[in-house]
Amino acid sequence: MEFVAAHDLDEALAAKAQRPEAVFLAGGTDLMVEVNLAHHRPASVVSLRRVADLRDASPNRIGAGVTWARLERGPHRGLAQAARTVGSPQIRAAGTIGGNIGTASPAGDGLPWIAAADASIEARSAARGTRVIPWNEFFIGVKRTSLLSDEIVTAVIVPDGLPEHQEFAKVGVRNAMVISTVSCLVIRGDDGFRVALGSVAPTPIRASRAEEMINAESSITAAALDEFARIVSQEVKPISDHRSTEAYRRHAAGVLARRLVERSSR
Amino acid sequence: MTVTMTINGEDHVVDIAGPESLLTVLRNDLGLPGTKDACEQGECGSCTVEFDGQAVCSCLIMAADADGARITTVEGIGTEGALHPFQEAMLAEGGVQCGFCTPGIIVAGVHLLEENPKPSEIEIREALSGNICRCTGYGAILRAFETLPGDGV
Repeated sequence: MEFVAAHDLDEALAAKAQRPEAVFLAGGTDLMVEVNLAHHRPASVVSLRRVADLRDASPNRIGAGVTWARLERGPHRGLAQAARTVGSPQIRAAGTIGGNIGTASPAGDGLPWIAAADASIEARSAARGTRVIPWNEFFIGVKRTSLLSDEIVTAVIVPDGLPEHQEFAKVGVRNAMVISTVSCLVIRGDDGFRVALGSVAPTPIRASRAEEMINAESSITAAALDEFARIVSQEVKPISDHRSTEAYRRHAAGVLARRLVERSSR
Repeated sequence: MTVTMTINGEDHVVDIAGPESLLTVLRNDLGLPGTKDACEQGECGSCTVEFDGQAVCSCLIMAADADGARITTVEGIGTEGALHPFQEAMLAEGGVQCGFCTPGIIVAGVHLLEENPKPSEIEIREALSGNICRCTGYGAILRAFETLPGDGV
């Protein structure tokens, strides 16, 4: 195995340009599971752990190498709540937001926040420099992204003026160490509610029809919330798998979205 | 490739060929089998070590990536005849049953106490939420923490 311990971004990008098949290693919480289960034996690895640039974080730009442990204490309430539900303290000390984005699992706990915030993904290559990709053009399928083979995810770009009212919740079989069955993130701003969900479609999604419906209501009545939850349940596109069924996920998506709209309105 | 790590205060130089984990290298190459190998997915915490000041699962660290790291394994905590107070407390309270999860619990517990000498019950439960005890002996493990004086042990 060829192993490059990159010390800065240029070194990492040069290594990736020379070896398009190389895999990036950050926290290792996804890649090493595949290695240990013998699903994946990478011939070439570029480690990003020593790349200090990727660990920079400001409210508007979160470096890809920022760990969940740091995000738990970060300025964005919804992302901090989501970070706190990731794995265990051991996983949160290692795993990064950039890894969540690069892996692009439908169950990625950081992804509903990115969708609700209308954040973008910053990517960089040695050949073409930096580009910024809107989240809904970045995530294109189950564990599939529009990242090119010579690119690296460098940061999440957060729009200015993101409302402070943010609520995250997920359903799983226990509190700790669980991959979400359904996750939801609601942001309430002056222009209304934004509702994003995870684990209910190939990518994180926004419940656009449900958002339109609830944002057209002059007051949030119980009847309006019933209708809102019903539309969310219709709008999601879940599957049945080893973690849950399609029917349960539809139900839970509606329940969670309704609960978070109520919680963010208090 | 050659990887140099400081483990329990001693420098070790290891030749690494593939993507194997730090856990594998500790157990198979370095004669440090105290760190336990169970799930190899980061789910159980039995392989917990302190790595550059963080408690992490050694099964999820690629050994090749550990060059320059400072690592503490359970072998580096206490000595025979002079155990760490948390180890003493675990013995006294019966926090050790089959013993398989114990090394991970000791490393995670000592890491918690270093950061927070007097943790609340909730803080203890959260700090150990990544460590599974299949004997379900959590009550005794929590009691072990309660018996500590809380003065920075």
